[in-house]
Amino acid sequence: MTDKSSTKKFAGTNSAAPSGDGRIEISNVTKIYDPGGVNVCAVSDCSFDIEAGEFCVVVGPSGCGKTTLLNAIAGFHSISDGEIRLDGDVLCSATKMAEPGADRMVVFQNGALFPWCTVLKNVMYGPSVQGRMTSHQARAAALDILRELGLSEIGDAYPNEISSGMRRRVEIARALINDPKALLLDEPFRALDALTKGVAQEFLLQAYDRMKKTVFFITHDLEEALFLGTKVVIMTTRPCRVRKMITVDLPRPRTYKVRSSKRYLELKREVFDAVHEEALKAFKAGERELA
Amino acid sequence: MEYDPASESAPDISGRGRSRGFSALRYKFENLFKSRDLYLGLFGIIAFVGTWHLLTGVLTLPRFEKLPNPVAVLTEFTSRHPVFGTSIYAPQYYLHILWSVWRIIEAFFLATLLGVPIGLFMGWKKVFKDYTFPILEMLRPIPVLAWVPLAILMWPGREAPIIFLAFLASFFATILNTLLGVESIDESYFRAARCLGSRPRHIFFRVVIPGALPFIFTGLQIGMGVAWFSLVAAEMLSGEYGLGYLVWDSYVLIQYPVIIIAMVTMGVTGFLFSLLIRMVGNALMRWTVREAT
Amino acid sequence: MKSPNSSSLKKLFNKIFSKAVLRGIVAIVFSIAFWETASRFAFPLFAFVPPPSIVLSVVGESFGSLVFWENWTSSFGRVIFGFVIAQIIGIPLGLLMANNRNIHGMTFPIFEILRPIPPLAWVPASIIFWPTTELSIAFVIFLGAFFTIVINVLGGAKSIDARYIRAARSLGSNRSDMFFRIILPAVLPSIFTGMAVGMGITWEVVVAAEMIAGKSGLGYYTWESYVGGNFPRIIVGMISIGLAGYISSSMIRLIGKRSTPWLRLF
Repeated sequence: MTDKSSTKKFAGTNSAAPSGDGRIEISNVTKIYDPGGVNVCAVSDCSFDIEAGEFCVVVGPSGCGKTTLLNAIAGFHSISDGEIRLDGDVLCSATKMAEPGADRMVVFQNGALFPWCTVLKNVMYGPSVQGRMTSHQARAAALDILRELGLSEIGDAYPNEISSGMRRRVEIARALINDPKALLLDEPFRALDALTKGVAQEFLLQAYDRMKKTVFFITHDLEEALFLGTKVVIMTTRPCRVRKMITVDLPRPRTYKVRSSKRYLELKREVFDAVHEEALKAFKAGERELA
Repeated sequence: MEYDPASESAPDISGRGRSRGFSALRYKFENLFKSRDLYLGLFGIIAFVGTWHLLTGVLTLPRFEKLPNPVAVLTEFTSRHPVFGTSIYAPQYYLHILWSVWRIIEAFFLATLLGVPIGLFMGWKKVFKDYTFPILEMLRPIPVLAWVPLAILMWPGREAPIIFLAFLASFFATILNTLLGVESIDESYFRAARCLGSRPRHIFFRVVIPGALPFIFTGLQIGMGVAWFSLVAAEMLSGEYGLGYLVWDSYVLIQYPVIIIAMVTMGVTGFLFSLLIRMVGNALMRWTVREAT
Repeated sequence: MKSPNSSSLKKLFNKIFSKAVLRGIVAIVFSIAFWETASRFAFPLFAFVPPPSIVLSVVGESFGSLVFWENWTSSFGRVIFGFVIAQIIGIPLGLLMANNRNIHGMTFPIFEILRPIPPLAWVPASIIFWPTTELSIAFVIFLGAFFTIVINVLGGAKSIDARYIRAARSLGSNRSDMFFRIILPAVLPSIFTGMAVGMGITWEVVVAAEMIAGKSGLGYYTWESYVGGNFPRIIVGMISIGLAGYISSSMIRLIGKRSTPWLRLF
């Protein structure tokens, strides 16, 4: 109950960030880069759908083009062919590039909290620049969401004064306060150590269970994918295409205990089998050389 | 360092693609003529010179009329029989350049020869740093050009004080950056070297020197800049030859177009020197070039 | 435990008079003693250099005279005047160049041509152009600080991490938010670096310009002391200039630290 009301509060009254369903349809997307006259096909004819409120995890070898897909949805990059729709509206196509907006919040690989703003100012930033709230209201909303997510003690700290795990949580809070339709996360926990990572994952799961946003989550950590996702999409080596889709039917809310359940282990085997071959291909193709 | 197709700006080709060097080079060359920047830059420079000419030569606004206009400068510079004796055909012009260049080379080499070893040693032995660093820190805030009178008192003749000033400027920059370089070396390299059985002198030659090299070259580059800067001032105050002297002398003799010629020559010469150091640095430090993305 | 005061005092004492500090004091005392003997016994190079004891006696006399302090204020006045104008024009220009490709393309090559020319080489042209000596010195000072600040602001603005720009766009920033809340704070550290470097150059320039063309100021004071044969005052002048430069850069560092609190852990 309280959750629902607080969600409403974040949304504001005349919300610029519309509260639709958040269904994302990716159909026949192709992306070709042209670095230095050499054509590189990053994504080739890639199609899959993400249902509203679904936690979709995209897995694939390093440099396979997952990020390209995310950037296209977020509006940072164009695509060469195909189209991506959000709730039926064309977000981007070969001729149209998406505009970045508060309906699709991005959490970046290395984090992008503004280092010159305190944690509170970072969380307040979205609502106040969108003009949805006065800075007074934004402050109240930010304090609310920080309290709800158990971060209220660090409100006055600067991002570089808190641990990297904390920073990721703050960044998720900064995204959620805008009440987006979809949350796009690009390997957000990549740089964390295993223990911190576990805690951060549980944090994200709690936030997800409460807000039920559509999530597009990129990782190359299979365990992470299974632990978090409702659906796991396994990609091929570049050019990026869907190789396999697995529905993770583990019960929610999940805690770390899920990881030792029987069903989890079965799913894990299935995913590892599918990915191993791709990983070998990527390794042989010398992807690291390009790194 | 994962290949990140996310960066739509073309990844740095020059750094990585030695194998594709030729095609990358050709691509760059082709793009040079396609690029807007080239034309914009040309337009900017033409506009700048045009405005200069308009203000000084055509409109002859008050104050501006006194400045030499670009046409006068160019005629003087390219004339076989220059009115004020300074053009590409005048041996005198090259003599001034040679004097300045020779002085800067002397000063710069002295500063490098003394500054780099002292800096390395300061970073290498803490006791040595404890004793020398405070003296350095006391002298450093004094601008080099404030030393001019004292330099004239200390050194005999006209030549030595000028070189001393250029040396001093370069010396401080070299020492400090070398010291910084040694102190920036990751402690784990020293530990690894010791685990691998290095003796102190091995560590000095194989870890300290190469580790500090990038900073040393930054120091040399800064040092060259400030040496050139100080040299010009010193030549203006007391000199018989050199580009700084030429600027001042042309002012005193009211040969205004020569002032501009000398200024531009200084700019070009200074630029060439720093380019040279950068090239030597890049050749010596292949590993940093490759690492940089 | 019983007397925390005395133990913390001891710690403080140890901290202030650590080995490094003691060595530093020894080194400085020793070098001053060396200077004294070298000057007294006319070692090579030191024959005309006044010994510190005599300099010290002149210091008292200089500090008592009003003219000496007028030299301080006139140098400071020139530095502040030229420096502030350089910031007022240079910072917006650098930001403009970073944000607009056309302006960058047109102006950057001109910068690259003018920048390697040592600021002091502008002195004669500046004297010809400006009606008063004061203005011509101010102009040269301005140039010294101007190129530095423009290059630093430009570099800082160009190296802003793209993630911040993207995040800000996602969060719905309009142009003015982008400028005031993202670009400006992100460039602030580079602005202060540019200011600190520029301040160093400014003092070099003011001293030389005063020596060449001035009628007052610390550079003029030092040069006049040389011309007038009053050698100990040369040293007083040098120390004053060093002190003045040090005070100016410390001020900038202090303001920089205050304005960028998020950098304090870096």
